[in-house]
Amino acid sequence: MWTPVSRGRWHGRALTVWATAAAHRGLLEPRRTPSRGAAAKSRTLDRLYSSADRKEKIDMSRFSVENTRNFSIIAHVDHGKSTLADRLLELTGTIDKTKNNKQVLDKLQVERERGITVKAQTASLFYNCDGKQYLLNLIDTPGHVDFSYEVSRSLSACQGVLLVVDANEGIQAQTVANFFLAFEAQLSVIPVINKIDLKNADPARVEKQIEKVFDIPSDECIKISAKLGTNIERVLQAVIERIPPGVIANVALFDGVVSKGDKIISAYTKKTYEVNEVGVLNPNEQPTHKLYAGQVGYLIAGMKDVTEAQIGDTLYLHKQPVEPLPGFKSAKPMVFAGMYPIDQSEYNNLKSAVEKLTINDSSVTVHRDSSLALGAGWRLGFLGLLHMEVFNQRLEQEYNASVILTTPTVPYKAVLSSAKLIKEYREKEITIINPAQFPDKSKVTEYLEPVILGTIITPDEYTGKVMMLCQARRAVQKNMMYIDQNRVMLKYLFPLNEIVVDFYDSLKSLSSGYASFDYEDAGYQTAELVKMDILLNGNHVEELVTIVHKDKAHSVGKAICERLKDSLPRQLFEIAIQAAIGSKIIARETVKAYRKNVLAKCYGGDITRKMKLLKRQAEGKKKLRKIGNIEVPKDAFIKVLRTQPDK
Amino acid sequence: MALPGARARGWAAAAKIAQRRRHAEGARGSSSRAPPSSRAALYVHWPYCEKRCSYCNFNKYIPRGVEEAAMRSCLVTEAQTLLRLSGVRRVESVFFGGGTPSLASPSTVAAVLEAVDQAAHLPADSEVTLEANPTSAPRARLAAFGAAGVNRLSIGLQSLDDTELQLLGRTHSARDALQTLAEARRLFPGRVSVDLMLGLPAQQVGPWLGQLRTLLGCCDDHLSLYQLTLERGTALFTQVQWGTLPAPDPELAAEMYQEGRAMLREAGFRQYEVSNFARNGALSTHNWTYWQCGQYLGIGPGAHGRFVPQGAGGHTREARIQTLEPDNWMKEVMLFGHGTRRRIPLGQLELLEEVLAMGLRTDVGITHQHWQQFEPQLSLWDVFRSSREVKAQLAQGLLLLDHRGLRCSWEGLAVLDSLLLTLLPRLQEAWQQRTPSPVQGG
Repeated sequence: MWTPVSRGRWHGRALTVWATAAAHRGLLEPRRTPSRGAAAKSRTLDRLYSSADRKEKIDMSRFSVENTRNFSIIAHVDHGKSTLADRLLELTGTIDKTKNNKQVLDKLQVERERGITVKAQTASLFYNCDGKQYLLNLIDTPGHVDFSYEVSRSLSACQGVLLVVDANEGIQAQTVANFFLAFEAQLSVIPVINKIDLKNADPARVEKQIEKVFDIPSDECIKISAKLGTNIERVLQAVIERIPPGVIANVALFDGVVSKGDKIISAYTKKTYEVNEVGVLNPNEQPTHKLYAGQVGYLIAGMKDVTEAQIGDTLYLHKQPVEPLPGFKSAKPMVFAGMYPIDQSEYNNLKSAVEKLTINDSSVTVHRDSSLALGAGWRLGFLGLLHMEVFNQRLEQEYNASVILTTPTVPYKAVLSSAKLIKEYREKEITIINPAQFPDKSKVTEYLEPVILGTIITPDEYTGKVMMLCQARRAVQKNMMYIDQNRVMLKYLFPLNEIVVDFYDSLKSLSSGYASFDYEDAGYQTAELVKMDILLNGNHVEELVTIVHKDKAHSVGKAICERLKDSLPRQLFEIAIQAAIGSKIIARETVKAYRKNVLAKCYGGDITRKMKLLKRQAEGKKKLRKIGNIEVPKDAFIKVLRTQPDK
Repeated sequence: MALPGARARGWAAAAKIAQRRRHAEGARGSSSRAPPSSRAALYVHWPYCEKRCSYCNFNKYIPRGVEEAAMRSCLVTEAQTLLRLSGVRRVESVFFGGGTPSLASPSTVAAVLEAVDQAAHLPADSEVTLEANPTSAPRARLAAFGAAGVNRLSIGLQSLDDTELQLLGRTHSARDALQTLAEARRLFPGRVSVDLMLGLPAQQVGPWLGQLRTLLGCCDDHLSLYQLTLERGTALFTQVQWGTLPAPDPELAAEMYQEGRAMLREAGFRQYEVSNFARNGALSTHNWTYWQCGQYLGIGPGAHGRFVPQGAGGHTREARIQTLEPDNWMKEVMLFGHGTRRRIPLGQLELLEEVLAMGLRTDVGITHQHWQQFEPQLSLWDVFRSSREVKAQLAQGLLLLDHRGLRCSWEGLAVLDSLLLTLLPRLQEAWQQRTPSPVQGG
């Protein structure tokens, strides 16, 4: 029985599931071969790299809890987390020393391209120290906040972390966010200053920053160069000395034994499964006879759907129920966007691609949706913006699907006052995902919007500009401190919708790329929200209804009107494009009528060409959506609705 | 080289006498009692130019030297062959276009006209137009074309601004243009047309109207206003794409067009087609044939034609395109008597679509009688009366459907391409829903 690994505390007879998604990516897909039985076999397992002989079943009873360390590496983007992981794997003989060991734990194309880790990975390192053999479980985590669910999941399985900081760039926003995640989880933090080989490295300055921001004595910092392999041994020693022993798992065995044929029950779903196989990963799955308490591994138990393998769930033996272990919560989507095939004929292909990808990434929520302009599609919920981009990129790269992704929105809430509505919804507080469902002001006590606590670290010369930007985004300053002589750390409470579209790009461009940003969920706050309609010659355009904060209505309305103006073709009459709140017009643009639209020359030779052109245009006209008597090409909607491409 | 010229002078001389008679009859008085299928207009393409104009994407070549004798003989041969194939008995107009046909020898023009008159009948009062570029010393040459049988000139003046002429890659100056126009009027009184372009990059409304005013002070009875179309593959297109020239502003072009046509109306010109203006009845009968979907033969490299090859036993009108490249075209003409590269039979619906799209370009539009010649069963009323979208265009005053027929209003003419996007699908729909005509027995 098995349980979530909570800081070495021993719990009775339970087993925890985590990193399910990682397991699925690694294992389910190759498993689509008939010989291994297809997706019906769902797995809950660990990704365990090990130097042990891969041919034989490993006897996992060799490693006691005392000789096991579970740790993570956390760092800001590009501070060298994955490179350090490569060196640790090499040093412990887990992987061969070759030139090709570049970010071996980053398997996805998107991870290598963006230099980020999206899926948490695990590697088991076997290391000899003072005559004792240690099992060091390294859990590689995604660095970005969007994946902080995976980060905290990884951390919950650890007793300590290596906090990697670039000796040149110093502490960045993500460093701070990740540190506090670890700190709140009461983990041992080992600061590692990386890239000391760089010309502009200033480890002394970074030591001072660490002391000031994290209150860690500077002599605890280990100065390394992961690239050159300098001081890596000291990192391993610190892991053994400073991190308390503990257990780790995709399935972490907290007590007892699990083996093939056991009947197990999920505390979350209450479903019963029969265990078909147990084993460890090195890095491919390696069946073992059994898994013992304190060990990690995978388990095949005939789960049919990825949602059955909930991360953080507690599994226990049939007829031996236990209290579910703490730390379980399902991932909550924070950013929603519509996803549509570019051509409706692609719907089924896209559907199967989305299904496959969500098997892989259960944190994406999927609801069918349809738009008059864009046809049938889905409303997808993501953990954050990067998560959304990564999902889209994986669709394109791994499934060759190209899609229209609409501008992201956030989940607003409304506290209902209308008894009728409360009855209808069966609750007082509702979440509004689709703007069309926005309840009228007369029927609500208040509207709520999600907020986040953002951390910005910037060279002080940009402080003024950054503060202006934050103010323009309705952010409230919570804290400001110098982390060294010329770097400032700012904390702001932001409405989430103010950062979902282009905040990060704006921040980067106004600071010449030097400011860094990270955020964490901070609940909901009251907000004056309004529903904004877009009208074409007085006709409502359903697909462009937008929920917006009152203070932003004018600028958002104006931007939509302008984008429509640029993409609506001229017609035989004037078109008034208006943004309205109720009956009040707040922005207007005009598309003038055609004054001349006739080809000058049209003699003999031109006729065939001219007729072809006219017929093609007439054919295209049939496909246009009519709003009143105005013909709106799909492109116009796409240009207004779709997320703006990266600059 | 001398012989056909000498014979042609005979035709040309007769034509001169006939012209005087013709003046009394009016522009479109030439309608004969012969059935439409035995009549046609003839287009002759001269593919060579001295220099490439920056806006032109026509089929033209800048040769090192033209083998004019061979070219002439091929044009003559092809005219004879196609006239025979078409079964046409009467050619009602000839148009020498290009390229720059005024670079051809007058004797070549004469030879073609003579051949046409021999193979079919070319009435003495037929309109024979030559496109001519302005030159610094035009007189003698224009006179020679007149002697060869040309009785109408279309001068590619394009602009009266030297900077614009340079931008367009023209070889002449504004002064050349005015001088050529004056000479042409002296030689072909009442039979001279000028082209003026509008909507050039950086062109402004005021100065352009100034050019038009100047032109009104010295032009003859026919004028064409063409909006520049940036064609892919031209130097101008590339320059605009690279940003070395500003893109023409469609708003300004629309304004030039509207102001220009108003000015011409005030000066007594009738806008008888989208781009063409005439006073004193000086309409171009040749182009009128295109807009009325009459038959026409096209000879020369890349020329287009539309006719029923009756002489070869055909009953369906064909769209024909001659081989583009002059050398290949000549080889084919020498081998087969013609250089027709493609023949595309036009279905009845396609023909009606052309009748609609071309006819609405004219001020009279499509009369019920005209439509009936092509489609006796389905009337214009049947096709358009019940359509909601057509009704909207009628209500908006862009289109008129009455006892005369279907036509554009003054405002509608300027946006015809938009109107057609409604009218063409409506015609297709009506055509598909029509009650099938009784099956012909036998």
